[in-house]
Amino acid sequence: MSKMSSSTSPDLAIRARGLTKDFGHVVAVNELDLDVPHSRIYGFLGPNGSGKSTSIRMLCGLLTPTRGDIEVLGLEIPREAEALRRKVGYMTQKFSLFEDLTVSENLSFMANIYSLPRAEQKVRIPESVERYELGRLLRQRAGTLSGGQKQRLALAAATLHNPELLFLDEPTSAVDPENRRAFWEGLFDLVAEGTTILVSTHYMDEAERCHSLAILDLGVLVAAGSPEELSDGIDASVVVVASPEPRTVSRFLDQQKFVHSTAQIGNTLRVMVDENIPEPAAFTDRTIREAGIPLDGCEAVRPSLEDVFVAATQARKAARDAAE
Amino acid sequence: MKSLQRIFAIVVKELRQLSRDRLTFGMIVGIPALQLLLFGFAINMDVRHLSAGVADLSNSAASRQTIMDMAQTQVIDINYQAADVQELEALMRQGKIVVGIYIPTDYERRLQQPERSAMQLLVDGSDTVVQGAVVGIANSSRTSPFNDRPPAMEVRTYYNPERRSPVNTVPGLIGVILTMTMTLFTAVAIVRERERGNLELLITTPVRSVELMLAKILPYVFIGLLQVTLVLVLGALLFDVPLRGALLDVYRVCLVFIIANLALGLVISTIAHTQFQAMQMTFFILLPSILMSGFMFPFDGMPKAAQWIAEVLPMTHFMRLIRGVILRGATLPELSSELAVLGVFILVAMTIAVLRFNKRLD
Repeated sequence: MSKMSSSTSPDLAIRARGLTKDFGHVVAVNELDLDVPHSRIYGFLGPNGSGKSTSIRMLCGLLTPTRGDIEVLGLEIPREAEALRRKVGYMTQKFSLFEDLTVSENLSFMANIYSLPRAEQKVRIPESVERYELGRLLRQRAGTLSGGQKQRLALAAATLHNPELLFLDEPTSAVDPENRRAFWEGLFDLVAEGTTILVSTHYMDEAERCHSLAILDLGVLVAAGSPEELSDGIDASVVVVASPEPRTVSRFLDQQKFVHSTAQIGNTLRVMVDENIPEPAAFTDRTIREAGIPLDGCEAVRPSLEDVFVAATQARKAARDAAE
Repeated sequence: MKSLQRIFAIVVKELRQLSRDRLTFGMIVGIPALQLLLFGFAINMDVRHLSAGVADLSNSAASRQTIMDMAQTQVIDINYQAADVQELEALMRQGKIVVGIYIPTDYERRLQQPERSAMQLLVDGSDTVVQGAVVGIANSSRTSPFNDRPPAMEVRTYYNPERRSPVNTVPGLIGVILTMTMTLFTAVAIVRERERGNLELLITTPVRSVELMLAKILPYVFIGLLQVTLVLVLGALLFDVPLRGALLDVYRVCLVFIIANLALGLVISTIAHTQFQAMQMTFFILLPSILMSGFMFPFDGMPKAAQWIAEVLPMTHFMRLIRGVILRGATLPELSSELAVLGVFILVAMTIAVLRFNKRLD
């Protein structure tokens, strides 16, 4: 574990080394190293319980790490967490504004809590209202808003004070695809203005949009990099197999040593094959035909982020199984 | 300045939320009004109109006089005439009477023999208050035309000569109502925000713990004073409760007590994880406050250990303060030691609350 240098890292918004959170019986986050550059969208991708929320809470000073060093915007966390609060915005997984207050009451409450002067409020609030299309909803109680509207309100409230860094904990879990698209467009606008965004998600399509991301599995960082780097760096080949009997093919392939995993998508199978096999499509094709199973064809494809995710988590599972 | 802006924002938010929470809003007015009526009218500790039965086997001038004397105390209403003791016992078993008066045939002769008891009173002892009252009339109505009167005992009652319960109950009731509503409202107000996730958002903002605590209790100070006013007005209108001290002193005493309860509510809110737990803990405080503070039973009658416990409850000190000001016309300097105890309580509770409420989730 590297000891953090005393000098701050001006090019990084977040830097964490050996970050660990131990909840007694379970290690939620284990030896996490993280480098998040400025003005980028950095994603945490992982299933539920992989330590995404716990990591975010430690990074913004809500939870004290069991071990490890954190530096956020040049501040040492959790020691300087109070100073950090003015510089960051935080959107919780669950809608956490006041459901019995109206949209406009919620916004002016948050503006006052962040101590925005009156004159600035008069400019910032209408700006946010327009930007996040809340104009028609101003007098509506927050509790009666739809999922997409709530989320726009939460983002508006979290950005009223122009934070340098925005933490978003699964912001789109209750939102339909169209609103999700619009939401991400909004995030890229913020990044263009210089904001750094750390977002956690379990949606692959969202992860694909991030500048770079970290894949977490059971509290461990299993892969990190840009989506392209991750796809290129995968230690497996991906073959799409078309067959009139996909279930038969699937059962057969699952027993082959060279196959890591299979997943059915419609009438085709997405098969992850050992990277040491020279021509994976031809090899798979031959193996299936030799077994006498009807086959339409095999084709090698570029690995997707989901493949990366499956490969990374499966490698860990295999290692665990071997250890037992 | 920034601190004031944040406190003000939270106070405004609390008041807005409160005005929209109709049930809580109703409780602010409903609890004092309903409790005042309940305690004032129904829970009347003066024992009157106990149902009685008489078996007068003597049926003489003396026995009729005795029965009339007893009836005149109004403690008993003679509803049943019985033929013998067995019938009186049956009536008591059926719950029709709580007092039986048995006068034997030789009543007049017995009266002249002081070593023998002349008559018998049968008492349903399942209620000790009734028991006490009946023993009282037995002692006071031993008059007879043949004997001298029993030793004359003059009873003088100060402050409440009519011995009406509401005069004693209503000032104490302010304490019960404030303990219940103030503690519960603050405790729930914070725990609810934790349950709904609002707190997770608030603690990532620059709001300081002290600001949050102060802003949370400020709205309820006004609500508490409003409740005090309501009880005082209703008490004066419905029960003629006198106000012998200064009205301003009443409000001063109440203000200190309100803050003590709000601080206690804050402490509870830092311990309870759910609104239900907050409620349970409030009742854990409320019950001894009602039973041990001197509101229901005389403080001096309790065992020493119980008295020590009661001294920790703010309600005990408030009870002495409010009865002092309202009923005895005491001034605050005369009651300064009780006020000092409440002051210490506030200081300790607020310190615990602010220390325990750290802006972390772990």
